[in-house]
Amino acid sequence: MSHHLVEVKELKFSYPDGTPALNGVNFRITHGESVALVGANGAGKSTLLLHLNGYLTPQAGSVRIGDIPITKNTLKHVRQVVGMVFQDPDDQLFLPRVYDDVAFGPTNLGLPPDEVKLRTLNALALVGAEHLRERPPYKLSGGEKRAVSIATVLSMSPSILVMDEPTSNLDPRARRQLIHLLSEFDHTKIIATHDMDLVLDLCSRAIVLREGEVAADGPALDILADRELLDSSGLEKPLRLQGCPICGNL
Amino acid sequence: MASIESSFFDIGRLDVLSSKETPIHRVDARVKVLTTIYFIVVVISFGKYDPAGLAPLIVYPMAVMTIGNIPIRYIAKKLLIASPFVLSVALLNPLLDRSPALDVGIFVISGGSLSFASIMAKYVLTVSAGLALIACTGVDAICAALARMGVPEAFTVQLLFLYRYIFVLGQEAVRMARARALRSFGNKGLGMSTYTGMIGHLLLRTMDRAQRIHLAMLCRGFGGEIHHAPSSGIRPSDLLYLAGWSGLFTLLRIYNLPVWLGKELGRLI
Repeated sequence: MSHHLVEVKELKFSYPDGTPALNGVNFRITHGESVALVGANGAGKSTLLLHLNGYLTPQAGSVRIGDIPITKNTLKHVRQVVGMVFQDPDDQLFLPRVYDDVAFGPTNLGLPPDEVKLRTLNALALVGAEHLRERPPYKLSGGEKRAVSIATVLSMSPSILVMDEPTSNLDPRARRQLIHLLSEFDHTKIIATHDMDLVLDLCSRAIVLREGEVAADGPALDILADRELLDSSGLEKPLRLQGCPICGNL
Repeated sequence: MASIESSFFDIGRLDVLSSKETPIHRVDARVKVLTTIYFIVVVISFGKYDPAGLAPLIVYPMAVMTIGNIPIRYIAKKLLIASPFVLSVALLNPLLDRSPALDVGIFVISGGSLSFASIMAKYVLTVSAGLALIACTGVDAICAALARMGVPEAFTVQLLFLYRYIFVLGQEAVRMARARALRSFGNKGLGMSTYTGMIGHLLLRTMDRAQRIHLAMLCRGFGGEIHHAPSSGIRPSDLLYLAGWSGLFTLLRIYNLPVWLGKELGRLI
């Protein structure tokens, strides 16, 4: 059995006010893949992510994580396997001290205090944030907050990392550092993003969502080069694949 | 706008102060909380015409601030910010209650003036003691202490989150106020009607955020309990701290020190 498997079959969901969000989504992500989830605003990316850790329950179809379907009884296990990093770090960091926040997950897993400490310090070291551990989260910069919020998830040793817009609101250097950091992880990664250059750097595969359906699913390079597909999905080529603004050449 | 922002972010300074290392900071948080609660009860129990009896109690917040290396000016500023609320409550007393209560030579002090002074004294004592407690303990340590003393988790978690998110909510409010100010060109915007809308909007944003935070907590296995770091345990010196202060408060409550001093002085003269 592989913990790293994510399988979504015929997933449908509409919000209580009747807005349809997902309209029969299918895909299967296997061990160690790094997959970008791209699509225009409102295409259903966030709704899909909320299904991957069981916050939303499928109205039709199924979601399986590591060969286990998500049900009420498997929720705890699934949430340990799928580490989710939110778009706004302020939502993720809710305790008054960075250390406590990173230790929150392992403590809730019921691990012994020594193990909690070990995992917390390891996770902080992995993202290069050991020096921040005594600081209150609201005093950190955007990049530091992002690093710490990734640590809060890493401390639970997830097999799958799910991220919503990891590079939003970061300055260019912090963005570059984050991409470098993510490239070193060997987790299965699912990254919902509008940052097409990040897709180019990090993801071998891309899934394009359009109006709650999978419009395309394939190697990232092929998809990023398909202008027609990108246009019809409200997307654009990565800047590095677009022509030079002065001479027009690639 | 700048003044709202700066006074708001100044709250964060309590955190910085609470990480200092002084004898007061090292006292167990539970002991400090209990001492402060007892202090507040004693202060409140004084009658409304007895501001003089309250005066000696100032020794507690002063001692905590001095030993705890907390700038008194900072606490005093915080007291000033909240004082209009208390003033509005106390201000009518001298006007409503004009019955003579105290005869000092040629002056006659009315009961209203005495109760005014006593409300203000109680305000200064209780709030400065509370602020001094936070400044030398830290909100998270206080929450952990309350939880360990048996206060229901629901309250301590609420308190913890209130303190964490007051900054986020405040920033959101500041951003909205700034956006309004920039487009009202020094006028009053559209007056009250915009404000009511903004407050409603802020509430909706807050609820949205609360939902996202809850989701983030669920994702990390939250089951209704925040696990606080274990405390180092209460030492004999902590008990001495508690006993010493409570003893002093009780004595000052039973024996009115200024009156006694006055009598003694009178006798000597």
